[in-house]
Amino acid sequence: MSRVHVDVHHLTRVEGHGNIVVDVRNGVLEKCELQIVETPRFFEPMVRGRTYKEVAHIVSRICGICSVGHSTAALRALEAALGIELTEQTILLRRLNMHGEMLDSHVLHTYMLIAPDLLGVQSVVPLAKSQPEVVLRALRMKKLAGEICRIISGRHTHPIAMVVGGFTHTPSEKDLLYLRKLLLDARADVDATVDLFASLELPAFERETEYIASHKDDEYCYIDGVIASSEGQTWLANDYRSVTNEYLLPYSTAKRARNLRESYMVGALARFNINFEQLHPKAKAAAERLGMKPPVINPYMITVAQVIEIVHCVEDALELVDQLLTKGVQWEDPVAPPYLSGTGVGVCDVPRGILFHEYTIEDGVVTGANCIIPTGQNLQNVELDMRALVPKIIDKPQPEITLALEMLVRAYDPCISCSTHLLDVEFK
Amino acid sequence: MTTRPRPKVAFFDFTSCEGCQLTVVDLLQDHPELLDAVEIVEFREAMSEKLPLDERYTIAFVEGSCTRASDEARLKSIRERADFLIALGACADLGGVNTIRNVMPLQEVREYVYGDKADWYETYPARPIKAVVKVDAAIPGCPIDRNEFAKAVTHLLQGRLPNLPDYPLCIECKALGTVCMYQRGQACLGPVTRAGCGAICPAVGYGCEGCRGFVPSPNLASMREVMREAGVGDEEIESRLRIFLTYQMMKLEGVTS
Repeated sequence: MSRVHVDVHHLTRVEGHGNIVVDVRNGVLEKCELQIVETPRFFEPMVRGRTYKEVAHIVSRICGICSVGHSTAALRALEAALGIELTEQTILLRRLNMHGEMLDSHVLHTYMLIAPDLLGVQSVVPLAKSQPEVVLRALRMKKLAGEICRIISGRHTHPIAMVVGGFTHTPSEKDLLYLRKLLLDARADVDATVDLFASLELPAFERETEYIASHKDDEYCYIDGVIASSEGQTWLANDYRSVTNEYLLPYSTAKRARNLRESYMVGALARFNINFEQLHPKAKAAAERLGMKPPVINPYMITVAQVIEIVHCVEDALELVDQLLTKGVQWEDPVAPPYLSGTGVGVCDVPRGILFHEYTIEDGVVTGANCIIPTGQNLQNVELDMRALVPKIIDKPQPEITLALEMLVRAYDPCISCSTHLLDVEFK
Repeated sequence: MTTRPRPKVAFFDFTSCEGCQLTVVDLLQDHPELLDAVEIVEFREAMSEKLPLDERYTIAFVEGSCTRASDEARLKSIRERADFLIALGACADLGGVNTIRNVMPLQEVREYVYGDKADWYETYPARPIKAVVKVDAAIPGCPIDRNEFAKAVTHLLQGRLPNLPDYPLCIECKALGTVCMYQRGQACLGPVTRAGCGAICPAVGYGCEGCRGFVPSPNLASMREVMREAGVGDEEIESRLRIFLTYQMMKLEGVTS
C-alpha cells in the first residue's frame, strides 16, 4: 500500500503557528488540512467596555507586521461610527504611513521568507554569507519602510500618534525632506528587486478562484473603497458580512470565509488582478518586466505581485511626500466626534489582503467589536489549492512534496497571530 | 570573523503579535555584524533551521504570554535547555494586553468570539512567563526598544544580566524637554512607569500607557491625585492602568485569576 504523509508541525518562516497535514493512501487524498494552532487571542471581547479612544492602540497589538493596518482600519470604523470627517492632510499622512507598512511587510516576505526557498537555502542567515548584497539591500529597504512609519506615527511597530480624528503629532519639513531622499535613493534597490525576481523561477500551478480587494476608481486603494470581486460584483463596506460569510472548523482557531465560489483569495495578487489599472505607471512597467498581466491565477505569484506593489508604494509615497511638502504640513487638532454613539465599519487592504473592523459605541464606550482578518479569509483558498496541487506532484519524492506545500502556504504570507482572535457572533 | 564557537541564541513565541521578534529583525538593519557575534539557532518566524535536541541554548528569548495549559510544557522544556531565559517584551514580561480579558468571565469571552463552538479551543487566563518558569531577565516594552535589546545582548554575552533603569519615564521627558502631558490635560502613566524607551509616546503627543511595567515602588495614589488635578477623569485613569498592566493591578488588588 502506498502512502504519502506530510506533517509539517509549526511551519517556519510564517507569522504565527500553523501545521500542514496531508495524507494520501493508494493514490487517494484522504486528508489535506492547514491547521491553525495559534492560541486564541480574544481582542474583540477585550475592547468591549472600554472608551473608543483606547481601541486603536489595543487592536494594533493583534499583529506586529500589520499594526498600522489594524490601527487604520479601527480608526476608520470608529470615525464612521462617530460621524468624523477627516482633513485632507490626515488622509495623506495615513496613506503614507500605510505605504511604509506595505513596504516593510512585502520586503520581509519577498526577501527573507520567500527568497531562501527560491535560492535553495533554509533561511536568510546563510544567504547573508553567500549573497550579502541581497540581504543588505533588503535591510536598506526595510529601514526606509520603518523610517516612514516612525516619522509619521512615532514608532516603527505599533503606531503611537494616529488617533481618532487625526494625529497627535505632525512631521516637520525636515523629516519629509529626509524621507524624500530615502525614497529617491531606494529607487536603485527597487529596480534591483524587480531584476532579482525576474530572474527567479516560481513553481507553475494554476487554479481559478474568486479574488476580493478594496477598490477605488482613482487610486490603487489601501484605505476605504468598495469591496470588489473578480466575479464583477461590488459591495459597500457596511455589507462586508455578506461577502465574508464566516464559518468555523474544529482543527483551526481561525475562522474561514467564502463568497461567490467555494473560497476566495485576498492580498497582493487579488489587488493586482482587480486594481491593475490604478497601479502607478512604473509599477505597471515592472509588471510587464516580470511577465505579469491580469488575471494571474498562480498563487505562487502572490510574491511577484508584492514586488510590483513595492514599486508602486515607493513611487506613490514619493508623490505623497511631494504633495505634503508643496501644501506644507500644519498642526491640526484631531477632529472631535460630533456624537458619541453609533456603529461603523472600517475597510483597509493591508499587506495580506482586505481587512474589516466594525465597532458599536454607546456614549463613548465600545459595546460591540468585530475584526475579519485577511489570513482567515484566505485559509479555505489555500486548502483548496493544496488539494488541487497534491495530485499533480504525488509521484515526486516526499521532501519535494513537503517543500512544494510549504512554499504554497508561505506564498500567501499567512499572518496567523492575526487570524486567530476572531469575531463576535451577535451584535446587541 | 571569529572561529571560536559562537553563543547559541534562540527565539520562541507564545501568545503575542510577534512584533518584538520583528524588532529584532529590524535591529539587523543597523547592526548586521550581530550575525557574526552570535549563532541564531532557532527563530521560527524567520528561519527553518533547528538546534539538535541534545544541545543547549546560551540565550533563549521568549516572546508572548502563557495562555493555555499546553504552553507550559513547551515553556518548561525551553527553560531546561537555556543558560539564560529572557522575557522579550510586554506580553512575556507583564502579561500585557493579553491579560485584559482576565477581569472578564472566561466563558463569556470565549463565546463572544467562537459562539457555541467556544469549547473547541483551549485557553485559560493569560499570564507572564515568570508565572510558569524562572526568568533571568526581561527586556520590557510593547514592542521592545531595539537599542535596549542590543545592549542586553552585549551584557549577556559578557555573562552578566542586563540592567534596566529603575527611575520613571518623567526623567526622560524632562531631559527631552517634552511638555508634561498633565499640562495638556491628558492621561499619562509616566510617573509610575520604568524609563528606557526615550519617552517616545509623550514625545509625539500621547500619554504613557505603561507598557514597560511599573518602577520598583510605584506611587499610584499620588499619580492618581495629580492626574485628577489635571482634569483626567477617574474612569480614564483606571482604564489606562489596565491596558498593559491588568495583571499587575489585579495582583496589587489581591485578585487572583
